[in-house]
Amino acid sequence: MTDSTPSRYTDTAIVLHWLLGLGLVASFSLGLYMADLPLSPQRLKLYNWHKWAGVTILAFSFVRLAWRLTHKPPADVPMPPAQRSAAHAAHNVLYALFFAVPLVGWAYSSAAGFPIVAFGVLPLPDFVPVDKALAQAIKPWHERLAWLMAVVVLAHIAAALKHHFIDRDNILSRMWLPK
Amino acid sequence: MKAFTKTSKTYYATVAFALLASFALPACAQKLLPAQSEISFTSKQMGVPVDGKFKKFDAQVAFDPKRPDAAKIALTIDLASASLGAAETEAELAKPDWFSTKQFPQATFESTSVKALGGGKFDVAGKLNIKGSSRDVIVPVALAQAGASTTASGAFTIKRLDFRIGDGEWKDTSMVANDVQVKFKLSLTGVPAL
Repeated sequence: MTDSTPSRYTDTAIVLHWLLGLGLVASFSLGLYMADLPLSPQRLKLYNWHKWAGVTILAFSFVRLAWRLTHKPPADVPMPPAQRSAAHAAHNVLYALFFAVPLVGWAYSSAAGFPIVAFGVLPLPDFVPVDKALAQAIKPWHERLAWLMAVVVLAHIAAALKHHFIDRDNILSRMWLPK
Repeated sequence: MKAFTKTSKTYYATVAFALLASFALPACAQKLLPAQSEISFTSKQMGVPVDGKFKKFDAQVAFDPKRPDAAKIALTIDLASASLGAAETEAELAKPDWFSTKQFPQATFESTSVKALGGGKFDVAGKLNIKGSSRDVIVPVALAQAGASTTASGAFTIKRLDFRIGDGEWKDTSMVANDVQVKFKLSLTGVPAL
């Protein structure tokens, strides 16, 4: 049994983890910054970039989920059961949000009458109708879910650092490129 | 006497109105049905089509499909009645960089010639005036008649920068495309049969 459980994540999983992590932080920061800008070409450009980033993250999240479901992750490091449950719950919530946040943003964009055209060339379908009231109802949820993801990501980072530097269980090496 | 005066006043008014109507009717026999009519436009922002429409407009039409040479078609569009997806963009549209509705409340179209293409299709040439700039346009119009009403529909493309729509920092056509498609469907009564 121990032979079939790897000691680290696969290279593909590691690359997806860091690329998507970077993408999420960048997209979240951009979202925070652009929302308060007055209407201008700059704001229009940043909104489109944010949408393109969001649908790209969504597409790669499908790849990531498929990879995660078909490849065995390393075994849990020793820790109390409550922490173990919390860690797994956090991962499940993060995966759910990788899909929920971009999809809700996409729905808002469609409802507001601004369909997404990825990278200015690929028109994406609207899966909700153009409806101002619906758009206003959806809008706060994109923001709330994004903040929820930010909080869980911070907890995830804090837990990883705690394991690595306080428990000294070398956990970061599982998610870092091989030496 | 009082009653007589009133009657004669009514009489003269009626005669005057009938005379006026007999001159006015041949020149402008058609009426626009605003509730069944639409004028909309589609612009592209970084490749994203954004639809808008004008809620208030009027048309003065004197048009006999059999005598296109004599046709006179005039439209006035209330630019402040433009509606777009979001409230903030609507507020933006009224500003000087866009429609500048305080200075230029209305856009107008006035036909100069109408050419019959057959099959209920016409090319209407005319002058389109928006925001103080006038351009010659040719508008393809297709007529469809059902009962007493005639629907004139068509679409044409204008260059927004010809009319300084989206001035200043918005001039960049990689952000908002220069081409804007205008679509219309005008429902009219009193148009003679095709």
